Amino acid sequence: MSLLEVTNLQVKFNTPEGEVQAVNGLDFSVERGESLAIVGESGAGKSQAVMAIMGLLAENGSVTGKAEFKGRDLLQMSRKELNKVRGCEIAMIFQDPMTSLNPFLTIEKQMAEVITHHQGLRRDEARAQAVEMLRAVRIPAPEERAKQYPHEFSGGMRQRVMIAMGLLCEPSLLIADEPTTALDVTVQAQITQLVGELRQKSNMSLILITHDLAVVAEICDRVLVMYAGQVVETGCVVDIFYRPQHPYTQGLLASVPRMNRPVDDELHFIPGNPPNLMDLGSGCHFRERCSRVMDVCEDDPPLQVAPDGRVSRCFIAMENGEMKRAEMVASGTDAEEDSTETAE
Amino acid sequence: MTAPILRVQDLAVNFTSYTGGLLRRKERVLRAVNGISFDLHASESLGIVGETGSGKSTLARAILGLIKPSRGRVMWRGEDLTLLDEEQLRQKRKEIQIVFQDPVASLDPRMTAGDIISEPLWTFYPNMASLQVEERARGIMKMVGLLPNQINRYPHQFSGGQCQRIGIARALVLNPKLVICDEPVSALDVSIQAQIINLLKDLQNKLGLALIFIAHDLSLVKHISDRILVMYMGSSMELSERDALYRRPLHPYTNALIESVPIPDPILAAQARQDSWLSGDMPSPYEPPRGCIFNPVCPYKVSRCETDVPALRRMEHGDWAACHRAEDLDLSIGPVPSREAPGTRREIN
Repeated sequence: MSLLEVTNLQVKFNTPEGEVQAVNGLDFSVERGESLAIVGESGAGKSQAVMAIMGLLAENGSVTGKAEFKGRDLLQMSRKELNKVRGCEIAMIFQDPMTSLNPFLTIEKQMAEVITHHQGLRRDEARAQAVEMLRAVRIPAPEERAKQYPHEFSGGMRQRVMIAMGLLCEPSLLIADEPTTALDVTVQAQITQLVGELRQKSNMSLILITHDLAVVAEICDRVLVMYAGQVVETGCVVDIFYRPQHPYTQGLLASVPRMNRPVDDELHFIPGNPPNLMDLGSGCHFRERCSRVMDVCEDDPPLQVAPDGRVSRCFIAMENGEMKRAEMVASGTDAEEDSTETAE
Repeated sequence: MTAPILRVQDLAVNFTSYTGGLLRRKERVLRAVNGISFDLHASESLGIVGETGSGKSTLARAILGLIKPSRGRVMWRGEDLTLLDEEQLRQKRKEIQIVFQDPVASLDPRMTAGDIISEPLWTFYPNMASLQVEERARGIMKMVGLLPNQINRYPHQFSGGQCQRIGIARALVLNPKLVICDEPVSALDVSIQAQIINLLKDLQNKLGLALIFIAHDLSLVKHISDRILVMYMGSSMELSERDALYRRPLHPYTNALIESVPIPDPILAAQARQDSWLSGDMPSPYEPPRGCIFNPVCPYKVSRCETDVPALRRMEHGDWAACHRAEDLDLSIGPVPSREAPGTRREIN
């Protein structure tokens, strides 16, 4: 049984302008010890999907579907039951480490609260544990730092505090929503490395939400690409990076800036803007930005499962790998070399 | 060689704050920008790179006169901007414009795109006929890749990337000679960032603009800069030609910035992932370390680095570095991995 199994998740928001379809029939699962990346542009519905699972939607939001965590549906739980799960068995880290910490409380107090609440430990025991956890995320001088307030920490240190806080109850699932987007690159490198290490030590599952595929390559096993509230492709991280099937995934990959690319290369990008979620209409939602659009794209493309377990929502990918390979040879790329590389 | 249009000489900005309550008031000085000098020629683009708190935005604002510098000169086409009064400075801003980081927050939500773009025209040319203003606004919108028929829409009806295009249009409407872009793409999705970079590059070529492009990492600046200035805690660490900087950085900090750009390839990333050696935080800017400000985290430091402040020196090839060991360190970036990274091959799309 998967640790988390989400089926047909739908998230809608009622706004004065009309109904916004943020998530539109999302299915995915996370195994124990696995790390899954959910990738997509702003408005793809990746954050709202996990917010819905965690019961954190805004008031005008509504959710249908199923989200089974260890066999129990999170969406059917009462608030009280849910509170036992979140923060304890499922922890969450948000993008902005400043606004997700309470500026009026010392780090120690905020962290101890989690432990006393969930594990019923005494205050002093909880504090000792908080300090230990700060040490585990490699904050120097944790005893003194624990007595400080959030504003006395730098952005990277605050994010470490958030991670430490998330890990206090030894969750089986950590959800990280753009954990490094607000940080400098040097700090981003430190934080991704830290998350990777901690995960290996504790066999915790991870859902990493991001718009930047570069971060994914370093710490994730599997990738789920979302567009306009739907899955457009999933696969293991090597497949996604080396043999992306969906034109959107290909576009996302091509737009990642690379240090080893000649400077004069024109930067790739995906033309146009994401579709209006209030008026999605039928057909492939990506077709207006897709360079390989065909007549058939006016119909809804089904989510295809290939024999090797790869999933993609595109008519081109449906015609499977063979055709793609032929095309790559034609365009001057050595497809043979490509296949030997991944065999390594 | 022609004279540079902008000469920044020993520019410094200090912020003073007070701690310790009313009676035991203590003054603290934060040196946000600490003696920066560089030249910029017409139609050249300079990248300024540094982490949060390195003073790059403060530097930009000081050049524009939005913050009063504590020391130094900003020579704009032979005239010192720091000596001008408000009104004279305002007139100069026709020639120097800025694009801000947050595309949505820097636009007034109650003004239409057309109003936002034409506001500079109303301010500087109050007698311009409204038909002419609108025509100009529509022309600029087209130039930055917006549909002129969106002129009456409000910022919230545009996406982040489109809002940044409005910000660029507003900066260009007065035909400036220099545009300072303060992290114009940091708030945008990766897939949209390149659109804006390409647009800026394109406009620069077309209009012969000089460009100062501020960024917090080295991955995108590469595509838009002729030269790059690397800043750390208010000081220049390195000022180099672009190609030289990426091939062989002169300063260990530049090297750290290059190495921390994530590798978008799962196989290479697993191979290349060594400990990121730049551990720890930037020291407190109120109490900068003695000697070289980078010494507490520098893996190459020698005893001299803890006592002497290295000056920004001109090196053999004409690039500049502020490191005692710039000559003897070889920080060449290893040969690019021989395997073509995915995505660099011609994609089927």
